[in-house]
Amino acid sequence: MSPRRRRSSRGAIAAAFAGCSRQKRAAFIPFLVAGDPSLEATPDLLRALVAGGADVIELGIAFSDPIADGPTIQRASNRALAAGSSLSAVLGIVERQREELGVPIVLFTYYNPVHARGVATFAAQAADSGVDGVLCVDLPPDEGLRELQPALSERDVDSIYLIAATSTKARIDRAAAASNGFVYYAARSDVTGERDDLIPTLEREVKRVRRRVRLPVAVGFGISTPEQVEEVARVAHGVVVGSSLVRLVEENAAEPDLAARLERRVGQLTAPLRR
Amino acid sequence: MTSRDRVRTPLSAAAMEPDEGGRYGVYGGRYAPETLMAPLEELSRAWDRLRRKRAFQRRLRHLLEHYVGRPTPLYFAERLTEHLGGARIYLKREDLLHTGAHKINNALGQVLLAKEMGKTRIIAETGAGQHGVATATAAALLGLDCVVYMGEEDMRRQRLNVYRMQLLGAEVAAVDAGSRTLKDAINEAFRDWVASFADTHYVLGTVTGPEPYPRMVRQFHSVIGSEARRQLKRQTGAADPDVAIACVGGGSNAMGLFSAFLDRPDVLLVGVEAGGRGPDLGDHAARFSGGTLGVLHGARTLVLQDEEGQVVGTHSVSAGLDYPAVGPEHVFLHEHGQIEFTSATDREAIEGFHLLSAMEGILPALESAHAIAEVTKRAPGMDPDQVIMVNLSGRGDKDVESVLEYDAAPGVE
Repeated sequence: MSPRRRRSSRGAIAAAFAGCSRQKRAAFIPFLVAGDPSLEATPDLLRALVAGGADVIELGIAFSDPIADGPTIQRASNRALAAGSSLSAVLGIVERQREELGVPIVLFTYYNPVHARGVATFAAQAADSGVDGVLCVDLPPDEGLRELQPALSERDVDSIYLIAATSTKARIDRAAAASNGFVYYAARSDVTGERDDLIPTLEREVKRVRRRVRLPVAVGFGISTPEQVEEVARVAHGVVVGSSLVRLVEENAAEPDLAARLERRVGQLTAPLRR
Repeated sequence: MTSRDRVRTPLSAAAMEPDEGGRYGVYGGRYAPETLMAPLEELSRAWDRLRRKRAFQRRLRHLLEHYVGRPTPLYFAERLTEHLGGARIYLKREDLLHTGAHKINNALGQVLLAKEMGKTRIIAETGAGQHGVATATAAALLGLDCVVYMGEEDMRRQRLNVYRMQLLGAEVAAVDAGSRTLKDAINEAFRDWVASFADTHYVLGTVTGPEPYPRMVRQFHSVIGSEARRQLKRQTGAADPDVAIACVGGGSNAMGLFSAFLDRPDVLLVGVEAGGRGPDLGDHAARFSGGTLGVLHGARTLVLQDEEGQVVGTHSVSAGLDYPAVGPEHVFLHEHGQIEFTSATDREAIEGFHLLSAMEGILPALESAHAIAEVTKRAPGMDPDQVIMVNLSGRGDKDVESVLEYDAAPGVE
């Protein structure tokens, strides 16, 4: 048997950002918890994200103890776990769908499911499945550079690290050095969730990060309306929307046209980027 | 006393120190969301500054003596010794401390530290309620606001402690996520802290969590072991027991006792985990028999989890031991042959509770009753000139209702 060839070449994330940049717009990066409300529903929801205008997809791995997440994503994690979601199941979904979707997929996960599998095994399976990047919420570059980044790098899977408002210059540099594809700026010192307003200093904060980082900077945490997307897109290379989409899935889980509703919502969120 | 056998080869002091990243060998570390990394670095720096500062240590010692009630007695349990017919049993009476458990040593230390750091608000998690009560007490004493996160299931089991915390001026925040026990309370405390660290200190209640918590909490409890050694020497002429026993949830009372004996080759150190209803995953909290290496609550350590890395539910009759992970230093010391781990079932712990109550007139906390259960297994096989020292980490008043419930309908094992 010939060795399996990795289907998405390294650089798919960089290419996606470059493509957006040529169109002089920010990338739109929606987040969903894989397996919420069911593993069967996920493929259609991912298609809806792409149809609505996703440039990169952040696919959340449900975890029993999501310490960085607010109530909305906690509930989604619980639903996904109850529905049998797991890292194995999600890798299967990516393997079946990555090519069809045509946009890079970043796994957004807590470290323990990755650790439990063994980082080398995980990196190999992620690469084989077509995963383009991995972000572990509770794995700072201090630990990640030693433990995970080399294994991912060997398999040509991008490592993405978080930068926070509390990150010192040294920490920003460390996250940037450990990342490829893009860095993720957490716009709020808080758990994930929707908020009425963006923080007033966001523009200054993002610029502070952009001055030190060569990679594209995506901004997330607390962004949920088209107006907020538009505002963030003025200063960032990418805009991440999570909780509000997760809430839409929650509120419409029983509706037969759930995927269509999601696509419509993503379309509304991406509209300001296409003007 | 007869000459003793060497029971282990201690590690050098340097080998036992965590590295800069808070790692004990491959355990420990600082696995936290980026937002918390700067606050954790700030905490490490503040702790390293203050632990060497005489004024801070003096203030803490003063409060421990005049407010908390240190030193606690080391008590020779004569009737229990006679009853079991073997080793002489000494109880380190942490149950006699203000608020009823060892937890106040750490809570007071951390709240003092928080005050020095200029924080005005304290948060904590609690399982059995002892750490919550201790933290609420320290916050009241030092005039800081306090919120304690507690799982709903634990609030039911420990409703008197809930009211105690409220009487002390703390807000008790119910956690209805997950298993509604200690681990979920810790999750919720971290979530609070991510948004509140500017004015808030998180008083983590055991020797786990990200650096610097394991070493800081251990240091605050090390007074248990250093006192006990001095006291045993005074009472028997020899400072080292043959065996030192402590229950292990996160492992703070055990680390406090064991820290004084880690460099003593002839002291056998035994940690007792919650065996719960039995050995099936989900029925116990025995990480050393059922756990695998994982990362939870900021530390790499043994975790009760499934193959997909999802943390599984635990069970123990004792809320304070009902936790799926254990302090990383324990795992490191176990790997190097320094600490032995065993477990006691719910039933054995309840029997230990009854035995100590009837024999010595001391109601132990159900957590500490697990250590008593190990004493009953071990003492009869030892010589009368040998000594077992056991950390009676807390008192059992809070558990009377749980024991009553258990005795009315004993669990199946």
